[in-house]
Amino acid sequence: METTITVDGVRHVANLARLEFNEEETAHFTEQLARILDYIGKLNELETDDVPPTSHIHPHQIFILGAEDGARHVAKPDVVKPSYPIEAVLANAPEAEEGYFGVPRVVDRSH
Amino acid sequence: MSICELTAHALHEKLKAREITAQELTEAVYERIAEVEPDVKGYLTLTKDSALEQACRADTGFQNGEEMPPLAGIPIAIKDVICTRGVRTTCGSKILENFVPPYDATVMTKLHKQGVVMIGKTNMDEFAMGSSTENSAYQITHNPWNLDTIPGGSSGGSAAVVSADTAICSLGSDTGGSIRQPAALCGVVGMKPTYGRVSRYGLVAFASSLDQIGPFTKDITDCALVLNAICGSDALDATSVDVPVPDFTQSLINDVKGLKIGVPKEYFTPALDPEIADSVSAAIAVLEGLGATVEEVSLPHTEYAIATYYIIAPAEASANLARYDGVRYGYRNANPGDLISMYKKTRSEGFGEEVKRRIMLGTFALSAGYQDAYYKKAQKVRTLIKSDFDAAFEKVDVIATPTSPTPAFKIGERTADPLQMYLSDVMTTPASHAGLPGISVPCGLVKSGLPVGLQLLGAPFAEENVLRVAYTFEQNTEHHRQKPHIQTNGVG
Repeated sequence: METTITVDGVRHVANLARLEFNEEETAHFTEQLARILDYIGKLNELETDDVPPTSHIHPHQIFILGAEDGARHVAKPDVVKPSYPIEAVLANAPEAEEGYFGVPRVVDRSH
Repeated sequence: MSICELTAHALHEKLKAREITAQELTEAVYERIAEVEPDVKGYLTLTKDSALEQACRADTGFQNGEEMPPLAGIPIAIKDVICTRGVRTTCGSKILENFVPPYDATVMTKLHKQGVVMIGKTNMDEFAMGSSTENSAYQITHNPWNLDTIPGGSSGGSAAVVSADTAICSLGSDTGGSIRQPAALCGVVGMKPTYGRVSRYGLVAFASSLDQIGPFTKDITDCALVLNAICGSDALDATSVDVPVPDFTQSLINDVKGLKIGVPKEYFTPALDPEIADSVSAAIAVLEGLGATVEEVSLPHTEYAIATYYIIAPAEASANLARYDGVRYGYRNANPGDLISMYKKTRSEGFGEEVKRRIMLGTFALSAGYQDAYYKKAQKVRTLIKSDFDAAFEKVDVIATPTSPTPAFKIGERTADPLQMYLSDVMTTPASHAGLPGISVPCGLVKSGLPVGLQLLGAPFAEENVLRVAYTFEQNTEHHRQKPHIQTNGVG
């Protein structure tokens, strides 16, 4: 397990997470994340090749098509129900127009 | 004694007998808030107008002699991570400063059916990430027992207001100990039910495989009453489990004869404060004296729980918090330029440092090339931790441990060192990985006057065993009657 993270690694992960940091913050996070990952490296003391992963403590609850033993359908019946009024949903939007959420332009009109 | 100090069940009798009205009780709580809240700072939002309307409705029911539910007219506080229709829900974050949910969480729908009086929304670590409530974007909450110390976290506000008698009970959420640890540090009862017992619909998601809502109360009877109100499967949360919900008041049995209590040796390490070790050992001896069988058990992977938690919880959080993009709700940067830059500026300005740290940690653990080494590895160790508990519960009914390795620490003491802060949760995260029900019960004070919590854990869906042991302990001791003396006017 790689237990160090570099400044470039932090920049890459920040971009994936849609966050941005200045030089000072990048250095700060690099140092802190390296220290935390070093502590987490403790997990390597354990041999886990034959151990199945746990993603959820009630596996029988998870709806998976063709799932393992004991799985059951928790899908709801497909019944049409009223949803929240558009105005109520848009009330919290930073920008809304004609029943839609507003965002900065993503398509250039000249194309 | 002020009526604000009473339990919900004692107040219910008074309401039923028409000795007091819910409106008087509500006014008394707001008077208490005026008195101590400037020093405790447990609330982010107060909802006095709607509270008085709710109290008035409860009074009408009592006056008409209707059969009123146990929580009718009872003043309750709600952690600001639970959606409340028409009432601002910030999650302690600047990014949700003006967010007003258009719907109620399922737990709120259930509480309103009981006729509760919602006093307000309580302070918390931003998005429930923290162990001291110092990560709130809004304010520092002070522990009523010593205003210079933290109340624990992340549900620090919900614990502090019950301790300070500015609410009769409250709801919090527990991902890695965020109900149990602040309950211990503030000297109140706090319970995390089994994962899946309570609907998470309307609980703003942090780590979806771990998050669970639960109560803070002044005694075990009230804990059972709130559990009765909020538990049950819900079509709106596919991870809520469809198992019968017992009447938890039937578990209020003052007898532990025949019950086996396991004490895991791995929790009594040199890192445990000796006064806490003494207090918890004395509590276990009380239970043994009352007829419980006490035996040592081993949970060998305990020491890996924090490392596992700080992969799994941030990984799930990094996915859950992707929704804060400045489009549908919340803060948006005013001059974003293009769409991607709008996301980045909005998130970087809207989230606090701890939230960014966990998003970074989680994104890294899930990123190409690292997922197997970190995320999958942590999920495998989670299996080992869960197997430890499965084996222990073959032998014992309840496991008893300290809730926190230390009493409340000083404000600012651990903020510079995230890893040291993470280790505050060393006693609570193991049970979170296994989804177990757990309670923290007051079991004494250290010499400096700060409270100590006894943690009792049960097998999945065995809340009844946990409540029975907790109730027996409470009925045979006086620790839960101890109250903080809040030094008002500018201390801390």
